[in-house]
Amino acid sequence: MPSYRDLLKRVRTEISEVDAREAKGLNGAVWVDVRERDEWEEGHIPDAVHVPRGYLESRIEGVAPDKAVPVVLYCASGNRSAFAAKTLQELGYEHATSLHGGFTDWKRNGYDVQLPRTLSPEKRTRYSRHLLIPEIGEEGQLKLLDSRILLIGAGGLGSPASLYLAAAGVGRIGIIDADIVDETNLQRQIVHSLDRLGTPKVDSAKRTIEALNPDVDVVTYRERLTSDNIDRILDDGWDLIVDGADNFPTRYLVNDASVWRGIPVVHGSIYRFEGQVTVFKPGDGPCYRCLFPEPPPAELAPSCAEGGVLGVLPGIVGSLQTNEAIKLAVGIGDPLVGRLLLFDALATEFSEVRIDRNPDCPVCGTHPTITEYVDYVEFCAR
Amino acid sequence: MSAVASRVRIPPVLRAEVGGAREVEASGDTVRELMEDLTSRLPALGARLYSDGEIQPFVNVYVDGEDVRTKDGLDTPVRAGATVILLPAMAGGRR
Repeated sequence: MPSYRDLLKRVRTEISEVDAREAKGLNGAVWVDVRERDEWEEGHIPDAVHVPRGYLESRIEGVAPDKAVPVVLYCASGNRSAFAAKTLQELGYEHATSLHGGFTDWKRNGYDVQLPRTLSPEKRTRYSRHLLIPEIGEEGQLKLLDSRILLIGAGGLGSPASLYLAAAGVGRIGIIDADIVDETNLQRQIVHSLDRLGTPKVDSAKRTIEALNPDVDVVTYRERLTSDNIDRILDDGWDLIVDGADNFPTRYLVNDASVWRGIPVVHGSIYRFEGQVTVFKPGDGPCYRCLFPEPPPAELAPSCAEGGVLGVLPGIVGSLQTNEAIKLAVGIGDPLVGRLLLFDALATEFSEVRIDRNPDCPVCGTHPTITEYVDYVEFCAR
Repeated sequence: MSAVASRVRIPPVLRAEVGGAREVEASGDTVRELMEDLTSRLPALGARLYSDGEIQPFVNVYVDGEDVRTKDGLDTPVRAGATVILLPAMAGGRR
């Protein structure tokens, strides 16, 4: 039986090896670090992907789908990567090569080293169900932790949105709401509770979020959003807005500001048994004014306070909004851009209609006629 | 008018005008014919949505998922059995 030394010696005669200088000259190569996690976390070659040796066979096609593309494998000294190169050869990789001298020689030559940002062990546990999904993983979770999402309203739609965004580890959540919690809210606004009656909704939501996930920085704005305060609030730096407002002037105000600033808005609205969800992504799709150039007259636009709403409906619609927000924050999937999703809770039916950009849109069109805030209350009262 | 029947979805805020129905049938080869048919049979609904031969600007009309404003407006053809959605904006959320 051959010893480890014998086996290594034989494998090295059967594979190709390059030194650090040669490897740097390989154009378009995929660099794969086959070391263990703790070694990777202490620094790695820039742009390398981390695939521990034990997962090489199962994960390599995900990182290097084209077997004709050169793959440079490295470990600490070049031994584990020699075996890894042999494995890739057997899997049909035409130019798998092992970095002679490994990461140790790389550093000794003074080449660049990248220190990865990684999750702490506590965060790795908390977000483990995200980390297991290939589309999210550690990189996606770090994006969530870095993202800053602003909620318009801490009511029906803002309740599930704030809870799920907080649970998902969104790093900073802003909440705008001027109201206080009252008894009629509790039929659907699950971020609040009986002991919060009479307290500002923003403070109540902040307490719930902080109890759920202390990683989240909650910024509260106990005020009604108007053209006078919107710039100050948006100057705090938000990547994304989740709009759960209850009135048209705010909807149009949020739209105009978000178009001018290029901030995507995840829109949700509800009435009785029906909900609407879409994503307005400036530059990429239509805006709210492309969809609804004019608000309906007051008698056709009762609020939930006037017309009522099934308690679970904002739970569903707000969760759909959150799904869009998380996808946008991580950069995965197909967001609801240019599509309006309609949900009918009585029929349990989803339908979808297409929304196109309106080239004549007064705000996002080719020749905009509205370029600064207007009197939104007056605009909606016409 | 070679009447083809389409299913027209009524938004919740307008259901009182059609006796609470979620959906009504209407006939017409084009959106205009369809709106005329709706207006003649359901004048209360028509009065909300359609006046002086025009669709009110705050109502979106979708034929098989496409906004007729991006098609031929009132001249947009309607196939037999099409699904038509009448959709005014909804504000609700926060309160």
